[in-house]
Amino acid sequence: MREAFAGTVVAALETDPRTVLVLADISADRFTAAAARHPDRVLNVGIREQLMIGVAGGLALTGMRPVVHTYAPFLVERAFEQIKLDLAHQDAGAVLVGIGGSYEAPYVGRTHMAPGDVALLDTVPGWTVHVPGHAAEVPRLLGPALGPDRDDRVYLRLSSRGNAAARPVDDGLVVIRAGSSRSRGVVLGVGPMLDRALAATADLDVTVCYLATVRPFDRAGLHAAVAAAGRPDVLVVEPYLAGTSAHEVAAALTDRRHRQLGLGVQRAAEVRGYGTAEDHDRAHGLDTAGIAAAARAFFLD
Amino acid sequence: MDTRSFTRYADLPALIGLMTGDEKHQAAAVSTLDVLWVLYDRVLDITPGRVDDPDRDRFLLSKGHGPAAYYAVLAAKGFVEVPALRRWGEFDSPLGHHPDRTLIPGVEIGSGSLGHGLGLAVGTALGLRALGRTRPRVVVLVGDAELDEGSNHEAIAAAGRLGTDRLTAVVVDNQSASLGWPGGIAERFAREGWATRTVDGRDHEALFEAFTAAHTGRPMAVVARVPAKNSAAGVRPRWSPAVNGGRTEEPGGRVQ
Repeated sequence: MREAFAGTVVAALETDPRTVLVLADISADRFTAAAARHPDRVLNVGIREQLMIGVAGGLALTGMRPVVHTYAPFLVERAFEQIKLDLAHQDAGAVLVGIGGSYEAPYVGRTHMAPGDVALLDTVPGWTVHVPGHAAEVPRLLGPALGPDRDDRVYLRLSSRGNAAARPVDDGLVVIRAGSSRSRGVVLGVGPMLDRALAATADLDVTVCYLATVRPFDRAGLHAAVAAAGRPDVLVVEPYLAGTSAHEVAAALTDRRHRQLGLGVQRAAEVRGYGTAEDHDRAHGLDTAGIAAAARAFFLD
Repeated sequence: MDTRSFTRYADLPALIGLMTGDEKHQAAAVSTLDVLWVLYDRVLDITPGRVDDPDRDRFLLSKGHGPAAYYAVLAAKGFVEVPALRRWGEFDSPLGHHPDRTLIPGVEIGSGSLGHGLGLAVGTALGLRALGRTRPRVVVLVGDAELDEGSNHEAIAAAGRLGTDRLTAVVVDNQSASLGWPGGIAERFAREGWATRTVDGRDHEALFEAFTAAHTGRPMAVVARVPAKNSAAGVRPRWSPAVNGGRTEEPGGRVQ
């Protein structure tokens, strides 16, 4: 996905004079040629994440369309007041592109994990949050965000893992596998969690939906999927903090009695381990077996 | 009264007097008065009719505390209606105790939390450069205590290395930084490649000269020294020789 992101941004730098990339050393080696061609629009400020967001805010105030990129914890968490004030409070837009969100390279430890990124952005209004599940989805989400009519705030959460196939990302919630009219409910697989959600619920009569853009949340799409299901029960599988979208599910279904369960990175305790992403999937119950057990307990209760 | 006549420097105290209830930030407000007046009266190429002109000069008030002097100057120059000053701080007033750019045409940034304006100013200067707009200048006002925020030092270093020569930082120095700046404030900027001037912050000619001095290829820092915030109380800066290994204060350390 990082390659797809870089390719899309380099193409935009060639064609749109508004596009400007702001880096803090991370991934700078991927943009060496672009920086040579556009020295005023590929800006590496060094390891200065507060400045990276502040510069993006200033660039936006002049009418430029900044793309800001580094590891998610340094992009969203380290300079969060800059996100709140230098972007949102100034009513300035930017496209933040984060990598390594939850625990993609867990051998580096907690310092390089940001499972709270989407929940944190939820504390500031006006963000569009894309969570692609396949590299081919990245240009389809990022391209429009760099369009000439766009000056809003966008977070693109890239992952090094994903689904076997790209899915439609243009129209909100997409039904991937429809359950019967007597189904047990709806499963919502967010971004890279879809394939595991599909596999984990293969033997259940449920409707499985895909969502690559979680903010704004497709409340109408979820409402329709729930209305078509046998029961108004919703299982959300997200790659970041468990329950991050619980308030959106609740808002989508305020007019009907419903149940919901949010799976994701556990909140109760810090998982103090290194190892592989698959180790952490198991620790958080986000491997296929863990999702399957939670789904059966929830839907067959 | 005919408020349209409040357009002179001599009118600023009366305009500030229309705003009440911000005594906490009174010292901060008054410390910036002369700097703001010289900028808006003689330096900045900006008028109320050109607040959306992409070639306008930009002024960013980073030190959003105590904006009474800022609002008074904006009123004197026609950016803000004089009667609005009386209602500052009310719910539906555009004028709060920290300014909001979305509520006041001509105010370039919302500020209040310290340490944000310099980074925004660097980004603005870089944006104008990328757009090929080489004429507008970007002036950002920060306080000496505000420099405590580490975010400023990210911006100071990068602006110097990137040669943002349309950028001017004005540091209003009333020696309110709790731990002080041994060696002086200008030295922090000079080391990072900025041109610097340290002047009397009440001297309009000296301020004008500093704001218009050539600084090709490098940003400019103007340290505007004003009477110390704590001078009346007799508080010594913590970096005075007694606690600083005998190092003498830099020439701009204090205005007597």
